[in-house]
Amino acid sequence: MSSETAAREGPVAAPRHRPARSVRLERILDVVIRSIVPVVLALVAGGVLLLALGRNPLTFYGNIWVGGVQGTAWQDSAIRMAPFLLIAAGLVLIFRANIWNLGYNGQFLLAAAFVAGYAPTLVTEVPLWLAFVTLFLLAGAVGAIWTLVPALLKARFGTNEIITTLMMSFIAIDLASILIKGPYHDATTPLPQTAVIPFEKMLPSIPGTRIHVGLLVAFAAILVVHYVLTRTAWGLRLQVMGANPRAARHFGIDLPRLIVVSFLASGFLVGLAAAADILGLWGYIRTGWNPAYGDTIIPFVFLARLNALAVVPFIAFFSVLSTGGDLAAQEASLPTDFLLVLVGLILLFMTVIEYLGRRRELGASYLPPGLRQALRAPLLRRRKAA
Amino acid sequence: MLKGITKAFPGVLANDHIDLTLRGGEVHCLLGENGAGKSTLIGILSGLIRPDEGTIRIEGVETSIASPRRALELGIGTVHQHSTLIPAFSVLENLMLGDNRRLRLDEDGARRRLEELAGQLGVEIDADAKAVDLALGHQQQVEIVKALWRGSRVLILDEPTSMLTPQGVAELAKVLERLKEHGQAVIFITHKLHEALSLGDEISILRQGRLVGTIAPEVMRATPQEELRAEIIRLMFGEDARAVVDVAELREELAEAEPEGRAREHEHADVVLELRGVSAFGEGSERGIEEVSLDLREGEILGIAGMDGNGQRALAEAIAGQRHATHGDVLLYGAPVTRLAVSARQKLGLRYVTDDRLGEGIVGMLPVGLNLFLKRVGESPYWRHGRIQRAIVDGRATELIREYDVRTPFVSTRVSTLSGGNIQKILLARELSFDPKVVVFHKPTYGLDVKTTAAVRDQILKLAEGGGAALVISTDLDELLEICDRIAVLSRGRLVGVVSSGPGAARQVGELMVGAETVEAA
Repeated sequence: MSSETAAREGPVAAPRHRPARSVRLERILDVVIRSIVPVVLALVAGGVLLLALGRNPLTFYGNIWVGGVQGTAWQDSAIRMAPFLLIAAGLVLIFRANIWNLGYNGQFLLAAAFVAGYAPTLVTEVPLWLAFVTLFLLAGAVGAIWTLVPALLKARFGTNEIITTLMMSFIAIDLASILIKGPYHDATTPLPQTAVIPFEKMLPSIPGTRIHVGLLVAFAAILVVHYVLTRTAWGLRLQVMGANPRAARHFGIDLPRLIVVSFLASGFLVGLAAAADILGLWGYIRTGWNPAYGDTIIPFVFLARLNALAVVPFIAFFSVLSTGGDLAAQEASLPTDFLLVLVGLILLFMTVIEYLGRRRELGASYLPPGLRQALRAPLLRRRKAA
Repeated sequence: MLKGITKAFPGVLANDHIDLTLRGGEVHCLLGENGAGKSTLIGILSGLIRPDEGTIRIEGVETSIASPRRALELGIGTVHQHSTLIPAFSVLENLMLGDNRRLRLDEDGARRRLEELAGQLGVEIDADAKAVDLALGHQQQVEIVKALWRGSRVLILDEPTSMLTPQGVAELAKVLERLKEHGQAVIFITHKLHEALSLGDEISILRQGRLVGTIAPEVMRATPQEELRAEIIRLMFGEDARAVVDVAELREELAEAEPEGRAREHEHADVVLELRGVSAFGEGSERGIEEVSLDLREGEILGIAGMDGNGQRALAEAIAGQRHATHGDVLLYGAPVTRLAVSARQKLGLRYVTDDRLGEGIVGMLPVGLNLFLKRVGESPYWRHGRIQRAIVDGRATELIREYDVRTPFVSTRVSTLSGGNIQKILLARELSFDPKVVVFHKPTYGLDVKTTAAVRDQILKLAEGGGAALVISTDLDELLEICDRIAVLSRGRLVGVVSSGPGAARQVGELMVGAETVEAA
């Protein structure tokens, strides 16, 4: 209603290409409020909590800096980033399509089991570069194939993928255990684990650092996902499907195929994360090991508003927090689980901010959509100003 | 009764100091284009919206209408434009829904109340019929009873004629007379001038949130119709009156004087689109279609008349390929396309202008420019090797925006911020550019203001003159009579007859609509 009048009185002349600066400013403000404020609030609240526990928050956060950034500590943080970024890339891609692949833990572990199972023999028998390429592709393929059942169910019957991916995830976690105890078991040890990849046959480091090249793969994946989403026809189709599946059908987009392909791509990227982590950091896998990287980074994927590039600083922040946090928690004689409290606080404040943004809409559901839109706008503006 | 009502929404004063007086026993017409502020005013009266300023007095006592419940307590009943009845419930159950004063449902009491109110209105209502089985005119009567249920003094009717046949409108007029006799004050909202003139005792005209004129009952009675009409058009459109007067007048003339129509001869032209016994399932409460056969020739405009929900969407989607046809064939230039997907049919020149503009016509978060190309994603020259060519897309979009007069500040503006009329222009630009051959228009002017409506109809006529063919599905009979060569009537999922445009067409179509319904109901 508002825009109708505005448009009627507005210029008829040829439209220009760039939005007004105020629009861009508004978007930046929106990003600040929705993404950065929860993190800051969480750090402040965490500080208050530390004070209550009789610790000095400044010392604690200072130690995080020391342990996570200073000297060569930043390299440890960077190593942690590799699997995080790859999983984040896979999640951003499929979340943009409004599909919720929550089976990342299973996809990751199963791919990790396959990589750890074949790597020790493969790296000694074929040229190293070929072994790495093969193992990365193998991991990607395992992750992708594991999404196939939920993908086909959703494409064919519209089955809720949240449930199917979670179920498949549990199966994959147990299947990984079976593989580690069975065919991939290292015969030289009674422990339920795979053979260890010889140290010199692990992923090479980036020259001058201890960081393995898996991080470069991760950055490349982030860039590719961002490019695909922002520049390509396929990415546009994906986003149209995510924003409005009915419109996608109206536009003649082949939804079933798009659903399956985006699932496969997401699973593939999660699988790559497993390859990078096993080949670059651990060298073997043991039953019961489940780092649940995906669960850890999901809040940051949302804080980044499903923007692939924006994910990077958040993941970097969290990597520093978790690397330096070990030292800081030790110094303050707190359990390392205190870091989970900080992540929990971030989630809490995210929810609060999301709630404040939507609260006023709840009671308005009986209004016609045009009116609701008109009512919503000033509230959003007021909240931003506050 | 209403004094200085003001309600501001961002960027617009939806109601700017509006004064309105209602008297019992009178029908007060609120007349105005879409976006004039009618809905806001009604929202305020029915307790959905709170005014920023101004006072409401009921029988001299200042009152605030804080909630819909309060409005009901004050005796303000509203009949909304779209049915609020629960389809699976009986009439009586629907009416008792609002009765939450007691724990136990008082069925006998409700029956008596229904009889009493039906008597007042002079209508017969079957208390045990399911709402879904009632014709729309009867559903509306139930809605009126529902609004009067708790003892109403003011009855608000929001665009009550938009879903009715000509016969239904006549029946509604009788009901209004009875209501007036019982001392009800009625607010009658419409954007059709001839209805306001024939049904109203007093007319208030809204334009862009302001009350621009009120024609008092004495004046209404004393002034000849022609003068009143000219005066109202001037008030409604202000400075623009000259530009739209032809259109508005044209519509009025057509509605009343039975047009000679544009029925040109197309019998010798090639059949471009043919349906042979097509059936498709409905979705939710919407009806599917059964055994629909029709043909559309080059240069022809074929109208599909009928009440909403009689299978219109199933028909449109079965042609466009969005819905699977369970039986029958869709043929384009004699070749079956029944098995082709939506995009393949688009490439053959078959286009579909959807009625659900916001729901499936656009992607709100994407910019105007991209929305114009959402049916050609990945096609050259706009995409090359899968990569978008921004400059080409934006350049062509700018041309289309100018050509179709889309009022948008920028190519990059999000579509969701535009008005309904501009969104419809975007849909038209998308479907009618790139060599369209057969275009299905589904309610192409629904909810649009007069100027945009005229522009849309011009586009349809232009398409037909250029050798294209159009299938226009509409619930607005006046519109179909104005632009179509032939009109087919869709009722309960079947085509019940085809009428050539010309004298008497309106009556024939109306009879087909009603006749089909009574036969089915019997």
